[in-house]
Amino acid sequence: MAFRPAHDLHKRRFSRNLGLGLTLAAFVGLVFALTVVKVERGQPMQGYDHVAQPTTVPQPLEQP
Amino acid sequence: MTDIGAYQKANTPIEAGFGDYVQLLKPRVMSLVVFTALVGLLVAPVSLHPVEAFAAILFIALGAGASGALNMWWDADIDALMARTARRPVPSGKVEAGEALAIGLALSGISIVMLALATNLMAAALLAFTIFFYAVVYSMWLKRSTPQNIVIGGAAGAFPPMIGWVAATGSVSLEAALMFALIFMWTPPHFWALALFMKADYHTAGVPMLTVTHGRKVTRAYILAYTVLLVPVAVGAALTSIGGPFSLIVAVALNLWFVIGAVRIWRRDEAVAEADRYRVEKAVFRFSLLYLFLQFAAFLVEAALKPYGLGGW
Repeated sequence: MAFRPAHDLHKRRFSRNLGLGLTLAAFVGLVFALTVVKVERGQPMQGYDHVAQPTTVPQPLEQP
Repeated sequence: MTDIGAYQKANTPIEAGFGDYVQLLKPRVMSLVVFTALVGLLVAPVSLHPVEAFAAILFIALGAGASGALNMWWDADIDALMARTARRPVPSGKVEAGEALAIGLALSGISIVMLALATNLMAAALLAFTIFFYAVVYSMWLKRSTPQNIVIGGAAGAFPPMIGWVAATGSVSLEAALMFALIFMWTPPHFWALALFMKADYHTAGVPMLTVTHGRKVTRAYILAYTVLLVPVAVGAALTSIGGPFSLIVAVALNLWFVIGAVRIWRRDEAVAEADRYRVEKAVFRFSLLYLFLQFAAFLVEAALKPYGLGGW
């Protein structure tokens, strides 16, 4: 049993928190789905992880 | 109730629920944005993955909502004076003005960045310009300074189908420009018809609507002029790649009906209009909503029929 009946203020605060929580969850889900779609399509991606990658290193000019 | 109870009730701050924040984003305007942007995206010759298309529409709508929140932050003082807007979240005290500004700015940033990531930079740039145009050019500058506020400010509402098209194709084309022009030319007669029977509100708030600055007779003439100018735009759009025989018939029928309504408004005397409580003006206003919906629905029907060799030219 609750000590005090829920005030209208608490109901509004709960609806706000619930709405925001669900919105954030939906946003995370959408970003994940977008990521899956982009990755599956194989769009150019490059992770710069402090390792020199062959494709980014300038090649020396060939001698004639 | 005890004195203490009465004191507590009187001093309890009005705390906003989630619905009040949704109202801040002008959901009715958002529904029009969603529909026109969706049509712009679906009639484009390039198709997006359904997830990308969903994200594009969502973030275009969110951008529109953000500009709505910025508009409510800026216009809270005049919204409080008009019966139609007095119950909005900021003038009613449910949401603080600063909070509306913060939400507007945050959602603007999120929607622009996410649209760029989901589709392309051009679409995101157009969305950013639309938010700027509605919040700064229309709300802060034009709305309170010129009776042409509706005409120029209408551009903000006209961008969504173009953004939808650009989200799919990556560039602007004649079709996208004509969809923009269709909403741009439709906005003045739509809002001026509303202003004719909502006269007390704009007058009280001191917003220089054409009805207040130039009189109602001039407004009636302007409604007719813009409705006539709308005809070549609507027919022209139906003749491009997004149109076809079906949308041409729809465009001719709708524009004929709209022009007839505008002529009736133009020919009416103010005394007659007041006597029948603006029956014709209200009917034309309601029809203008249907007009825009059916014009864009016709483009959608053409696109849906194309795979079966029926739609388009």
